[in-house]
Amino acid sequence: MSEFLQQLVNGVTWGSVYALIALGYTMVYGILRLINFAHGDVYMLGAFFAYYAARAIGAAANPTPALALVVLFAAMLGCGIVGFVIERAAYKPVRRSSRLAALITAIGVSLLLENGGVLLFGASPKFFPQIVREHSYSLGAGVTMTNLQLIILVVSFALMLLLRLIVLHTRVGRAMRAVSHSHTAAALMGISVDRIITFTFVLGSMLAAAAGVLVALQNPKIEPYMGIMPGLKAFVAAVVGGIGNVPGAVLGGLVMGIAEVMVVGYLSPTYRDAIAFVLLIVILLVRPAGILGKNVAEKV
Amino acid sequence: MRHAAWWAGSIAALLALDFALPRLFNPYIVQVVMLCGINVVLAVSLNLINGFTGQFSIGHAGFMAIGGYGSAMITMHAGRPWAAALIAAGVPAALAQAGPLLLGLVGGGLLAAVAGYLVGLPSLRLRGDYLAIVTLGFGEIIRVLILNIDAVGGARGLPGIPGWASFFWVGAGVLAVVMVSRHLAHSTHGRALFAIRDDEVAAEALGVDTTRYKVLAFVIGAFFAGVAGGLFAHYLSYLNPNSFTFLKSIEVIAMVVLGGMGSISGSVLAAILLTLLPEVLRPVKDYRMVLYSLMLIVLMITRPQGLLGSRELTLAMFRRRRAATA
Repeated sequence: MSEFLQQLVNGVTWGSVYALIALGYTMVYGILRLINFAHGDVYMLGAFFAYYAARAIGAAANPTPALALVVLFAAMLGCGIVGFVIERAAYKPVRRSSRLAALITAIGVSLLLENGGVLLFGASPKFFPQIVREHSYSLGAGVTMTNLQLIILVVSFALMLLLRLIVLHTRVGRAMRAVSHSHTAAALMGISVDRIITFTFVLGSMLAAAAGVLVALQNPKIEPYMGIMPGLKAFVAAVVGGIGNVPGAVLGGLVMGIAEVMVVGYLSPTYRDAIAFVLLIVILLVRPAGILGKNVAEKV
Repeated sequence: MRHAAWWAGSIAALLALDFALPRLFNPYIVQVVMLCGINVVLAVSLNLINGFTGQFSIGHAGFMAIGGYGSAMITMHAGRPWAAALIAAGVPAALAQAGPLLLGLVGGGLLAAVAGYLVGLPSLRLRGDYLAIVTLGFGEIIRVLILNIDAVGGARGLPGIPGWASFFWVGAGVLAVVMVSRHLAHSTHGRALFAIRDDEVAAEALGVDTTRYKVLAFVIGAFFAGVAGGLFAHYLSYLNPNSFTFLKSIEVIAMVVLGGMGSISGSVLAAILLTLLPEVLRPVKDYRMVLYSLMLIVLMITRPQGLLGSRELTLAMFRRRRAATA
């Protein structure tokens, strides 16, 4: 029992990271109907930006919460800018073309970030500096939790709440919801659709950056291809939860994280990369639009 | 009669090339030509699913893997003894290998086709991006399964596959997939596929059995992806699960979209182009993949409908152009 609880704690922690990445996928999909394949690579960039920021300000030698926060914000800011540039330079020109052209562009951007990363950061893994000293707490019943896990949970859920606040209670959030409903109608209501799309990309990229930093805290080995698998699985999580649906992405991320940790704990680590997809197929066969997604009838 | 002559001519041409290529060019060029051919088979077969039928599949590497591993197992366990027996009976080696290799390629293709049927079935319920993500998931599951099956080498890969696939076989594969696609495009079945692509609801209202045709497209596309996998296996003599990642599927999709959805000649052209591009960029070493991805982005921005759009490159087109300029 205590082992199960321990796995559950690990699963929820890991799942909250997936949830953060999945939010970016689901928001962009909700607004553009585009699978932003480059999103996983933005997550990778987040980890690298944090790596360089931490070295620049010497956060490893002097691990205070303030400096750790500075590192986090630096990474989020950097990725926000990257998201802005990607959207303006690559996605905007293909917006009026077919969705497939946009998809291939996204794949091109993804490859560009990965290979550009190899060029800039080197292909060999780097070790993320310890900007937070690790402690372990006992939660009773044989379950332990590290402060890193706690930080991951707290930061990711704080960011999710913040996102919820933005989407549901601000003008720009209302505009985002309007654009995701219909570009034309939103434009007619005086919303600058282009600006909202860019804003969505920046927001999603910042969340991915945070996820990258949080993961790097716990698994300090970072390399330019580290975003592919988590990106793919986070996308699967978004689909499982119901793509385009913000609470769905969080739910999907948690389900995915827990399932993965359970498979590693009870079955075999080699099946780790398969469980996400098995889960996906099973859930989509039962609920074709995801757990929380609405199945919209096609109008003729 | 014309058909028979055409086929005989094609086979003779392939045999001649098979003989000439390794003697005229160095092994590196031959290898690039072979990879081009294999990629053409992959791209044209995916074009059947994505281009003709408008179903978005991003798991083509999975079908390729099934075909590759399936055909390798067939030739290693059944084909090799058979070929050895034929050679012992005095049959020339190239001829003795033909039967077993054909068995392996078709067998691998059929295995992939069965998988295609199984993946095609969920398209009963799923549309668009949901189908896409399921095919992606399928491809990844296949790869992880292969990683975990020790009989096919797991993560170590599968060495010792007979290297029987010469240029003739790759050329024959290209010819087969192109001819099947062409004939399909001009048949009732092909029209049904196009109808589904253009408007599924309208197609259904006109009496097209959409599910059946979608599954049909998946089965044929998967078959040829399997054949391409078999060719790949018997050319390199070695398979590794890492050759069949999600990236490979992406590469094939890029070929289909770049060529122009639904255009057979476009897929052929783009497959050759995207295989050559990284090779041509080899001198710039570190910048190679960066340039490759940049070119992909620029091409999509400047020609979002693909190189050929949905048109076909035909001889008549050149004649017309010449007539216009004259």
